[in-house]
Amino acid sequence: MRLLEYQAKELFKEYDIRIPDSIASKDIESGRKDAEKIGYPFVIKAQVPVGGRGKAGGIQKCHNEDEFELKYPQVLNMTIKGEKTRAILLEKMSEYEKEIYLSLFLNRSKRCYTIISSAEGGVEIESVKNQTIREVGLGEVTKKVAEEVAKEIGLKENSIPHFVDILQKLSKLTVEKEAELTEINPLVILKDGSMMALDGKMMTDDNSNFRHKELAKYQEKTELEKKAEESGFSLVELDGNVAVIGNGAGLVMSTLDMLTDNGGKAACFLDVGGTATTESVYEALTLISKMKNVKAVLVNLYGGIVKTSIVASAFLKAYDDKIIVLPVFARLMGAESEKSKEMLKDSETKLSPSIEEAINNVVMEVNK
Amino acid sequence: MTDIFELLKGKGSEKQPVIVQGITGKFGTRHTKLMMEYGTNIVAGVTPGKGGQKFDNSVPIYETVKEAIDATGAKISIMFVPAKFFLGAAKDALEAGIKLLIAIPEHVPVQDAMKTIELAKQKGAIMIGPNTPGVMIPDLIKIGIMPASPFKFGNVAVLSKSGTLLYEISNNLSTSGFGQCITLGIGGDPINGTRLIDAFDMVKDYPNLDGIVVVGEIGGDAEEVFAQKIIDENFKKPIVAYVAGRKAPKEKRMGHAGAIVMGNYGSAESKIAMFSKANIPVAKRPVEVPILLAGKMEKK
Repeated sequence: MRLLEYQAKELFKEYDIRIPDSIASKDIESGRKDAEKIGYPFVIKAQVPVGGRGKAGGIQKCHNEDEFELKYPQVLNMTIKGEKTRAILLEKMSEYEKEIYLSLFLNRSKRCYTIISSAEGGVEIESVKNQTIREVGLGEVTKKVAEEVAKEIGLKENSIPHFVDILQKLSKLTVEKEAELTEINPLVILKDGSMMALDGKMMTDDNSNFRHKELAKYQEKTELEKKAEESGFSLVELDGNVAVIGNGAGLVMSTLDMLTDNGGKAACFLDVGGTATTESVYEALTLISKMKNVKAVLVNLYGGIVKTSIVASAFLKAYDDKIIVLPVFARLMGAESEKSKEMLKDSETKLSPSIEEAINNVVMEVNK
Repeated sequence: MTDIFELLKGKGSEKQPVIVQGITGKFGTRHTKLMMEYGTNIVAGVTPGKGGQKFDNSVPIYETVKEAIDATGAKISIMFVPAKFFLGAAKDALEAGIKLLIAIPEHVPVQDAMKTIELAKQKGAIMIGPNTPGVMIPDLIKIGIMPASPFKFGNVAVLSKSGTLLYEISNNLSTSGFGQCITLGIGGDPINGTRLIDAFDMVKDYPNLDGIVVVGEIGGDAEEVFAQKIIDENFKKPIVAYVAGRKAPKEKRMGHAGAIVMGNYGSAESKIAMFSKANIPVAKRPVEVPILLAGKMEKK
């Protein structure tokens, strides 16, 4: 799960990592009360699960009530890289000497946690040249390693103990919450050498959610995504008009790539998963029928674990119940595909022998 | 390094014995039958609480992997246990002496997978997965959940993060005359017991190897590290790659726990650029894989 800044900061606070005074809200009435508590001037920060909000205007300085009344709704109604603002964080402005970068991430090739730190912070880490990278195994970061990193990035003597303290706490948080990434960017150095987390980003392992009930309140899923999860398939909503369904994450991604290459735009990515049943696929079609902007459905199945006939039955039932009224283009291969083709041959579904042909047809249909 | 071919083939005419953990579950039952139909020598099942019973009136079921090994001498186990119980079941297998663990379950927490890998290293064992479709030598042995029809025996190794794309691309290869000497599912999780580079080490010295097909996808840097290894080792046999997820949005998990781009980490662009650097052509569509492979083989 991708935590929003204010959620990551709540955890920072719990782990005694210093953050500026800040309060999150989801409507302007609560925001006004928060503004009084925080006191002007402060910053209005859009809470979105995607990077690059600063450039997009999602962070605004606010000096008085007039500015607040103007800017709060602006930022709240903003969409950044396709993501609507989920909440607003009002945060006290801080005076500091320097911005640095610190993160811990799961290094997938090395199969361990890795520290990345740099004396240059506040910009995207990809553009930072002087990175110190240190692999640290599966456990928490030791004091010795933290001190070495602090020295390597060139911190002044009076900042080193503060950095070591924050890195060790961040590491404890990362391991205990089973995060794949925790990032403080920027981590700022104040006049007295102490440090504070000005931003926070965390990505936790969804597969460990079952033993982290305390994080459940941070789950930011749309109604459709929740329904999809309950039915055991994965759904990612996108902004095009062709609903893409298939079995297996790789196959569905591949279908999405080819559709986009041919000028189509996907409305969603829907993997029915390895345990699909007629009922769950019917549920998937019901979800798609509720999505706005969908003009056609593209189906790509390679029957293996999931027999294609299971999916064909779901389509027939959905036609009977008038769940699908949209044109459907499908390519069926693998387990029981001949049987499925026979089942669907009198239906509205247009079957193609190859995915390329199905894609051409769906693109023509939506552009007609 | 353990020779995967030797482990899968066994010695002499005796087929290598295989244990199934979670043999009585719905999924385990179905795939055990399919593996037996394929000719895999399933000798025992393990389901705590059901020891003493028989699966399909023929395969004895034991309480623990140790009992199953004591009775059968098997070194290979395939797991169909729920993700929550994965770590316990994997420990049971590795501590009892299993040398090849095929971890089918999806949704295994990353930390549990990492702990299992640590233990496997200590015990000199290999884990394939989690979230893998398994491993097979076509026409000989299938330890996994892949359908039988896409695969034909031959001399190409197929290494894939995705299950269905492994079937799709192997089928394209088979119908184009490229049979497979081994097909191995790396798995779609962030952490893999057998990484792409480990799988490469397992197959690179196979005597009749004609080429390797890598089916990658967005997320992590397995493809980049693999391409670097090809450069470093100056490996000359034909390799063709495919990368799924070129058009996927950033910072979204695309079905697989591991299929996510964070910043530039895990992006398709980064993978394709590294493959190009290693002189490995990347197919834009699954059907292009055999065409590119044929091209590579001609040039050789």
